[in-house]
Amino acid sequence: MTATQTIALPLGTYTVDTLHSYAGFSVKHTVVATFRGEFTDIDATLICTDDGIRLEGSVPVGSISIDDQDLRGHLLSPEFFDVVRAPEIHFVSSDIRVDEAGAVALDGELTIKGTTRAVQARGALTGPIVDSYEREKIGLELEATVDRTTYGLNWNMPLPKGGVAVANDVKLTLSLGLLREEA
Amino acid sequence: MLVLGISGSLRRDSHNTALLRAAARLLPRDAELVEFDQLRGLPAFDEDDEAAPAPTVHTLRDALASADAVLIATPEYNSSIPGTLKNALDWASRPRCGAALRDKPAAVIGASTSIFGAVWAQAETRKVLRASGARVLERELPVARATTAFTAGGRLVDRDLEAELRRLLTDLLALVAARDQLPAAA
Repeated sequence: MTATQTIALPLGTYTVDTLHSYAGFSVKHTVVATFRGEFTDIDATLICTDDGIRLEGSVPVGSISIDDQDLRGHLLSPEFFDVVRAPEIHFVSSDIRVDEAGAVALDGELTIKGTTRAVQARGALTGPIVDSYEREKIGLELEATVDRTTYGLNWNMPLPKGGVAVANDVKLTLSLGLLREEA
Repeated sequence: MLVLGISGSLRRDSHNTALLRAAARLLPRDAELVEFDQLRGLPAFDEDDEAAPAPTVHTLRDALASADAVLIATPEYNSSIPGTLKNALDWASRPRCGAALRDKPAAVIGASTSIFGAVWAQAETRKVLRASGARVLERELPVARATTAFTAGGRLVDRDLEAELRRLLTDLLALVAARDQLPAAA
């Protein structure tokens, strides 16, 4: 693990505040429209030591939430996530750089459908603050774009009037509330 | 002017039947949409029965013959046209000479609960209509997420989509007006 940290972040382990966290994705469909979905069960831990920061997390594919049950079934099928064989999406950072303004540049590895690939994300770290329950809390926002086909999520169909049904580039959006564990 | 409306869905609370009815509200005063509601009763197309088809086939052909234009609202199953609708178009396209669809101005619209709005079924329905000799509008109307696409009063929620449907109907009626000035389709 390597990391650069210039923001004043108290050392320790931070666990996800699921009530105030979001893991979503968006992708263009029918060329111009945007489809959005999210994973509702988020597990994430951020560990801050003298050596730097490390973020690791996962979501169960089965927690995908969209408002179309037919499409949900399709997304869980082998043409997309293949939830039976690959029930979890996993992420672990390899390098997190935070500047004095809280801007974050992150390198890591993202595993989807059993395939692990390097991914870069950008975002912002806010806090720490002390919340209403006297807990130290930080916020971490990250955004990355991945090509879904590099993970084997290959389904597509040509549209009758040109273009394809779903774009390959998928924007991933992560918004984490993280609570520092008691020492 | 009479427009025959055909919903490709047999379902009681069909989104495509709702779409046809939303279209009917947008027609000008001198035009009327009449629904053909006997798709379920059509037998499977069989060339052996062409000479003396079932009464429902005659009903379909007569309804088409008496209409100035046809407006089809199609759902989409497995990215394609529903079998019942294709079956009706097969009956209406035969016999080739003098078929009810021949030279008939036609337009296709479609609703689905997915994010795509039955675009593949609409394209394939247009293909079938063209092959049947109908004069088919290229314009289409994909209505996606159909479960939330209509108001309680039966209008399209999306006013832009409603305007697009109105334009499609205007084009369809213009096609009727232009048909008599054009040579018959090859």
